Amino acid sequence: MRLPEQVMRLGIVVGGIAAIVLLLRFVLLPDTLFSAKPHQAATVVREMEKPLHHAGVAACRECHAEQFDLKYGGKHRNIGCENCHGPAAAHAAEPKSEASMPPLPREREKCLACHAYDSSRPNGFPQVDPQEHRPRKKCVSCHDPHDPVPDEAPEDCAACHGRIEQTKALSTHALLPCASCHAVDERHLTEPRLALPSKPDSREVCGRCHAAGSTDPDASKAVVDLESHGGTYVCWECHYAHLPEGRK
Amino acid sequence: MNKREFLTDAILFIPAAGVLQALVAEAAANAVGPAAPDGYDATRHWYGMGIDVGKCIGCNRCVEACKAENNVPDEPFYFRTWIERYRIHSDGETTVECISTRAGPPEQVEPEDPTVVRTFFVPKLCNQCANPPCVQVCPVGATFQTQDGVVLVDAQRCIGCRYCIQACPYGARYLNPTTRTADKCTFCYHRITEGLLPACVEVCPTEARIFGDLKAHADRLVRFHRVNEISVLKPDLNTEPKVLYARLDGEVR
Repeated sequence: MRLPEQVMRLGIVVGGIAAIVLLLRFVLLPDTLFSAKPHQAATVVREMEKPLHHAGVAACRECHAEQFDLKYGGKHRNIGCENCHGPAAAHAAEPKSEASMPPLPREREKCLACHAYDSSRPNGFPQVDPQEHRPRKKCVSCHDPHDPVPDEAPEDCAACHGRIEQTKALSTHALLPCASCHAVDERHLTEPRLALPSKPDSREVCGRCHAAGSTDPDASKAVVDLESHGGTYVCWECHYAHLPEGRK
Repeated sequence: MNKREFLTDAILFIPAAGVLQALVAEAAANAVGPAAPDGYDATRHWYGMGIDVGKCIGCNRCVEACKAENNVPDEPFYFRTWIERYRIHSDGETTVECISTRAGPPEQVEPEDPTVVRTFFVPKLCNQCANPPCVQVCPVGATFQTQDGVVLVDAQRCIGCRYCIQACPYGARYLNPTTRTADKCTFCYHRITEGLLPACVEVCPTEARIFGDLKAHADRLVRFHRVNEISVLKPDLNTEPKVLYARLDGEVR
């Protein structure tokens, strides 16, 4: 049987168009036009090949084990070397090269970036007022940055509890020493988190000044009957003793 | 139908079928995702970061390290990560200030503001959303999520239209002034795929930032996730962030 002439012609036209489409799709046009996969894979590779600038603590430790161990035993144990010494990947790759030698920061600003008093810092983080704490001296002349133990345990609570100290200074309790309400274990000065100071566990602590019949001239305006005032709560569950509500 | 109509229909139909076929192929390719380079199996990781707001001291070291590691422009308004200071006042007012814009610690201790009831620092960065709005809006497919859960930008394909910068609810993207393309935190992809920590985590002095793999069995981030009460930023947007915050104040937006 012979195909009709018009079907043959039509077949050639259809076949030609199909061939052109297939040629375009699979040969002439790049895959990136049809799929996101190739350019995404290329981006992943490009990102992975970017150069390192920070070497990481493990690399520092390989040569500087002594400093690492000293640091690891002290308060700065969790601070990466490159926090103070700057990015050191170039130095790790070529330790002898003078050009890539990491800096040994000795200026106060480096320490004060973390240790200058700032009210937003978490409570208990060691902070100093840079203008009161030996303003002309370099921090490193008294403190070893790898093992920053103060010469002696801090005498003043404000060395760590600056925020409370500043708040209390504005309050009617400004003249009360911390120890009048908190019992502080000696160990708290060296291992703060292992021996926390006490909080008053009875109302009598505040009652020494604020109970009815108090003769304390300064507290006489804020006297309450301990029997009836405040139910069963301890005073500091409602009042903030570092900034009592009495004066605003 | 005459021959002429049949031929015009055929001319339209056959390329259309080709386009359809191409679309099907593209969908299949997307389902598989980008191919993993040698020696690193991206399907075995799902990276995230934990941030303990109660530990951040606002020292800005993470910001400086990030800029050094990733060649972020020096000007104090281009950031891949930055720190915000929150102050909550007794009248309920909340003020937010980006402290990463200033150079070095202030000369003097700021006087205490007695109306502030709470104040703290919050480190911010790209949340590497599991459901990222920036990827949805990109008109050229230049930004995408890798198989290990990091949202990357293809700088060669990005046309700098800024749609993603608008779409990001966390303000984590910026337009790089030198390349004129969108740029953002990559979790230091070149470091984490080598087993190193991102630069910001490497230098954080108080371990306020924890980096880890949520697919791992035992991992610092998995433990962080288990022992802390975790919040994410803007959970109502269903972006499913992988930056997990512990001790996050309800006022943080």
